[in-house]
Amino acid sequence: MLPIVLLSVFGIVVLFLGFSKSKNILLPATLLFLLVTLIANFVDWNHQYLYFNDMLWGNNASMVFSGIVLLSAFFVVALTRGFEQEGEAAQPAEYYGIMLFSLVGAIMMISYENLIILFVGVEILSVSIYILTGSDKRNLRSNEAALKYFLMGAFATGIMLFGMALMYGATGSFVISDISEIIGTRAWNEQSQLLYAGLLMLLVGLLFKVSAAPFHFWTPDVYDGAPTIFTAYMSTIVKTAGFAALYRLLAGSLASLQDYWFATLATITVLTLLAGNVTAVYQTSFKRMLAYSSISHAGYLLIALTSLTAKSQSSILFYSLAYSLSTVSAFGVLILVSQQQASNNYDAFNGLAKKNPFLAFVLAVSMLSLAGIPLTAGFMGKLFVFTDAAQKGTIWLLVVAILASAIGIYYYFRVLIAAYFKEGDLATIRIAPFYKVVLIIVTTLTIVLGLFPDLVLQLV
Amino acid sequence: MFSEATAAIPDVIQQVKIQHYIFLATALFVIGIVGVLTRRNAIVIFMSVELMLNSVNLLLITFSAYRSDPAGQVFVFFIMAVAAAEVAVGLAIIVMIYRNTRTIDVGFLNKLKF
Repeated sequence: MLPIVLLSVFGIVVLFLGFSKSKNILLPATLLFLLVTLIANFVDWNHQYLYFNDMLWGNNASMVFSGIVLLSAFFVVALTRGFEQEGEAAQPAEYYGIMLFSLVGAIMMISYENLIILFVGVEILSVSIYILTGSDKRNLRSNEAALKYFLMGAFATGIMLFGMALMYGATGSFVISDISEIIGTRAWNEQSQLLYAGLLMLLVGLLFKVSAAPFHFWTPDVYDGAPTIFTAYMSTIVKTAGFAALYRLLAGSLASLQDYWFATLATITVLTLLAGNVTAVYQTSFKRMLAYSSISHAGYLLIALTSLTAKSQSSILFYSLAYSLSTVSAFGVLILVSQQQASNNYDAFNGLAKKNPFLAFVLAVSMLSLAGIPLTAGFMGKLFVFTDAAQKGTIWLLVVAILASAIGIYYYFRVLIAAYFKEGDLATIRIAPFYKVVLIIVTTLTIVLGLFPDLVLQLV
Repeated sequence: MFSEATAAIPDVIQQVKIQHYIFLATALFVIGIVGVLTRRNAIVIFMSVELMLNSVNLLLITFSAYRSDPAGQVFVFFIMAVAAAEVAVGLAIIVMIYRNTRTIDVGFLNKLKF
């Protein structure tokens, strides 16, 4: 409860700070607020809590999920240096405020007990992100991305709500634990038809938010069109919160129906893995490739969700953390390079290693982690997820996933080949000291978590 | 369906069977979906989305009344409030696009292709 209250108050404070003459205070203030919230997030450690008339539920795992979201938000906000250079059109206070408000939605999605909170959380997060996507107001690509995301997102919300209504009709409750109890009294093939229809529509709505195929078609356009810093923001936070919400729904209330939804979800997993990885190969833009890579990582996370073993939660948790860290540093490098080259394509990275060995190294670690090469966090994440699938006994799913990650190595290494082996005239890029510190921390975390994954796993 | 709780429902409500309400809500919902998928004007698409949300409201109120359970009606208030907030942001995005392109036809959404 505390982080939600704090973030709401801090968001308003940041908006008021925007009135002050010196805009320089905004970034440190937002970072401080995020740090305070991150600490306050863990006050209930080792207690299972229910707040707001039993509508919000939490335990250690949900606190760690919120921690991941807050940490990635902290890193992304730390990389937002440069709002103030965008001239009259930039309104840093609003952007920082909206970012803080959107985190309220993310935390609500992670720790809901009542479907009302899930809906409100999804909407707070999505509406904030629609605004951030369209924040480059004069840029037609940004406009287009915002409108596409908005129309598709509202459409998905409608489907999700219809599913919730049908589930309410079938069970008579919005509360996760009550639904689980009511469903548990009957066998999986004796449930009301409304429940099945509702469950499917609710899943479609949520899978749309985490961009699983075949509901992924908006992702590349929106990620490509949005300002890069907000692409980094949404690809980390929406994904983590969305998967926490899906896990809570499936494990908390629908676990007894696994025989029913397993086939559907497994099909979607395979489609997502193939659609994400195969299409990513054909991209010429690094930013667009990262969008497809986020689809393929949704596929890997779906494997853990589909298997739903006792360890699924910690696998999803670790994988989201590893994915968030690598994505933040990949986008961090992309922002610097694309400012210099005015291009997001692979060619922009040609010869990066010659004069910018630090940036090339950060990029290399992040790409290795995304591709799942040993000694990085991404490898351990994939290992845990694949172990889940093996435990569940779905070997065919495992085979598809391993083939998909083999394809992944090809397109992740393309940018490394451009950076290390191609000739280019990229000049030395000046990196602000603070920016550099963030990149160092994220890269170190990626390597440390790859060597000692227990640091995080023992928390849950 | 709902036979166990029929005694608690007032007779006035029972005069119309719950199936009729479910069909009506589903029909409205499908009209909304078809509207989103076929229309080219951003405002009309947006109206279709609102129609979908309102069909959900109708469905929730129906279940709520036939179950004598207030939770569904509470949810409707949340949906109305959130839908209003979404309208504010959505119309702002559409106005922003209109200022730049002088059109709100979604056919212009073709800058982003691979």
